[in-house]
Amino acid sequence: MVKGRQGESVRLYVRSTILGYKRSKSNQHENTSLVQIEGVNTKEEVAWYCGKRMAYIYKAKTKTKGTRYRCIWGKVARPHGNSGIIRAKFNSNLPPKSMGGRVRVFMYPSNI
Amino acid sequence: MAAPKKVRAASRNPSLIRGIGKFSRSKMYHKRGIWAIKAKNGGSFPHHDPKPAEPAPSSAKPPKFYPADDVKTPIPNRRKPKPTKLRASITPGTVLILLAGRFMGKRVVFLKQLPSGLLLVTGPFKINGVPLRRVNQSYVIATSTKVDISGVNADKFGDKYFTKERKEKTKKGEGEFFETEKEETKALPQEKKDDQKAVDSPLIKAIEAVPDLKAYLGARFSLRSGMKPHELVF
Repeated sequence: MVKGRQGESVRLYVRSTILGYKRSKSNQHENTSLVQIEGVNTKEEVAWYCGKRMAYIYKAKTKTKGTRYRCIWGKVARPHGNSGIIRAKFNSNLPPKSMGGRVRVFMYPSNI
Repeated sequence: MAAPKKVRAASRNPSLIRGIGKFSRSKMYHKRGIWAIKAKNGGSFPHHDPKPAEPAPSSAKPPKFYPADDVKTPIPNRRKPKPTKLRASITPGTVLILLAGRFMGKRVVFLKQLPSGLLLVTGPFKINGVPLRRVNQSYVIATSTKVDISGVNADKFGDKYFTKERKEKTKKGEGEFFETEKEETKALPQEKKDDQKAVDSPLIKAIEAVPDLKAYLGARFSLRSGMKPHELVF
């Protein structure tokens, strides 16, 4: 990624944590992940984030397309429960080792 | 035409239910006053004489091939897509924050919406390095800050201004094949630099008139610790 000025980084995403998959006590559905967005604590606040794109970024040993970083894109689908957790669907299901890991929730597609 | 026809505000035949009008054909004939027009024009409805038919082209050969089954011709598509609806918060002169791409976080000035629906923005280039550029509405946050854009003439910019030049395909000989691998990096034509200056100079004057606006446009937007986008007012 080309950076105009060296050393100036901007964060245009909200940090979030992957909690796990959508599940009941003994069954889990891996096509939907549960994500906690920093600073979001009620399901009314989640409405702003619905539809926003998110990316799970991870490193791999081999270089593909010039970089070792890889990414799984997804979007915020809907709130989960009352406390600001969201359900997210990714282009391919998130790997289990991503639980507890970081996901970036971007501010686009924007509606402001 | 004797006089331009004025379109009636409402149909003379109110519909009882979709597809069924209140009045019959004969009643409608009477309501439209066809009888009066006929009476005025000597018993028959006035019409233009049919144009003399063109003589059939003499070289009309019988077709060589008659397809066995009837082939349906597709109906021509007459639909013209409209540009995306511009958000009410985005008006010419609004300062926008770019959310993605090479210039993410930069605050730029919105000039106009192009026919493709994309937004035409400029840094101005001298202030933050963003040239005249197209950007999609969804990747932009509109702030409430507005810049006076009355001095800027953006009429000459359309989508064609921004499309890449199509390379002419030339037949390459054996020896030339290896030479042409090294394409010269396209230097920006002077015309585009002049266009940038022409758009930016009235803008920069308007920006310097407002205190702190120049520094504001030069700085990038970033989320900090504790900032919640859903609570921010832009």
